[in-house]
Amino acid sequence: MPRIRKTIPGVDPRLLMKDAAKLLPDPSRRLFLRGAAGVGAITMLTGCDIIDSNAADDALMMMSRFNDRVQALLFNPNTLAPTYAERDITRPFPFNAYYAPDDAPEVDGETYRLEVGGLVDEKKPWTLKELYALPQEKQITRHVCVEGWSAIGSWTGARLSDFLKRVGADTRAKYVWFQCAEGYSTTIDMPTALHAQTQMTFRFADEILPRSYGFPMKIRMPTKLGFKNPKHVIAMHVTNKDLGGYWEDRGYNWFSGL
Amino acid sequence: MSAEAVPMSRTKVTIHPLWVRITHWINALAMVLMIGSGWQIYDASPLPLFQFEFPTSITLGGDLPTGLAWHFAAMWLLAANGIVYVGLGLASGRFRAKLFPIRGREILADVAAALRGRLAHDDLAVYNAVQKLLYLGVILAGVVIVLSGLSIWKPIQLQWLTALFGGYDAARYVHFFAMSAIVLFLVVHVVVALLVPKSLRAMIIGR
Repeated sequence: MPRIRKTIPGVDPRLLMKDAAKLLPDPSRRLFLRGAAGVGAITMLTGCDIIDSNAADDALMMMSRFNDRVQALLFNPNTLAPTYAERDITRPFPFNAYYAPDDAPEVDGETYRLEVGGLVDEKKPWTLKELYALPQEKQITRHVCVEGWSAIGSWTGARLSDFLKRVGADTRAKYVWFQCAEGYSTTIDMPTALHAQTQMTFRFADEILPRSYGFPMKIRMPTKLGFKNPKHVIAMHVTNKDLGGYWEDRGYNWFSGL
Repeated sequence: MSAEAVPMSRTKVTIHPLWVRITHWINALAMVLMIGSGWQIYDASPLPLFQFEFPTSITLGGDLPTGLAWHFAAMWLLAANGIVYVGLGLASGRFRAKLFPIRGREILADVAAALRGRLAHDDLAVYNAVQKLLYLGVILAGVVIVLSGLSIWKPIQLQWLTALFGGYDAARYVHFFAMSAIVLFLVVHVVVALLVPKSLRAMIIGR
């Protein structure tokens, strides 16, 4: 939009503006800097309070819950994670946990039993031999960590959705909860549990899952961040109650879908 | 100084309409929150090609879960405000009127003038070629940072978008470079606003 300028006869608008500018800026400039400094000071002095207060934590938690719902809506059960070729596999595949590699739980494959509970018809525990007898398939997918890095790995195992049907799980339930040998846990939504690439994993890169990657069984979900993929799983429960999880209870977003 | 001078300075046309000023300051807040929390998230796993970290004193959140929570909360503010701003900018014709045309020769002349400290900034309502280029550039960087951010957040549900950026790992670099461009713009923008306080006033009271 062009500026409207009234010309005043006998007055040079340029000189007039110059005069006006000479008179105006100083007080207005001072007022400005004072105002700006004031806003800055308020932010600096109270900034920590704003950020650390419980009110801010509550608001962030509320937004995280809102993001859970948005992500559940964005999740298309028929969308598959891209798969890769053998040559794309990241070697060595990074070890990542909240403990050092030497502290990874040692599970005895002979005495191992997978406990199946909650809203299922068949609650008998499963031996490793029985689990290995399930039909298996391999996936080469990208593992994305909540920290930002990613790595491509090869995982072989049984579809969780097949297993849930086999044990007569109520797939109208909202959640599946997993418990790990050393106390780690996570809860996932049923649509992700039934996703075609959600896998009860027994092998990594065609070898029996090593201790560092979750022997004897991990749950591989390429549609979720790494921390939602539990290792050393000893129990799974089908439930309508969100039982949370190790990292979820420490502030990470619950859904954490990709 | 004649008496007519006073009414004339008061009849100045509004430089920035109210919607520009509101979206500008909401965007300023959203940007500070997004950049601060983004640096916190970056530090959890610095990009392999760079290997540097942002000092914790300038990151927002204190730890990764809180940094992520801020980022994924403030993104709604940034996106909603950005949609209103770009939508009104296009619909009102403001973008076309203020930012175009951008001529190469004018940019060179204005850059040379700016380096000599002689770049004219008399009429706040009219942008010089350097301003046009910077404002258009930062709007485009804003679009790129939102799209690359979405492709990192949802690399499976939005895998076509992630593929557009060259895959998950490449999208992280794009996101980082778009942030760098915006931060560079911010430094210049804030320095110039402080050098020309009337421009700051115009963004607050409109005149």
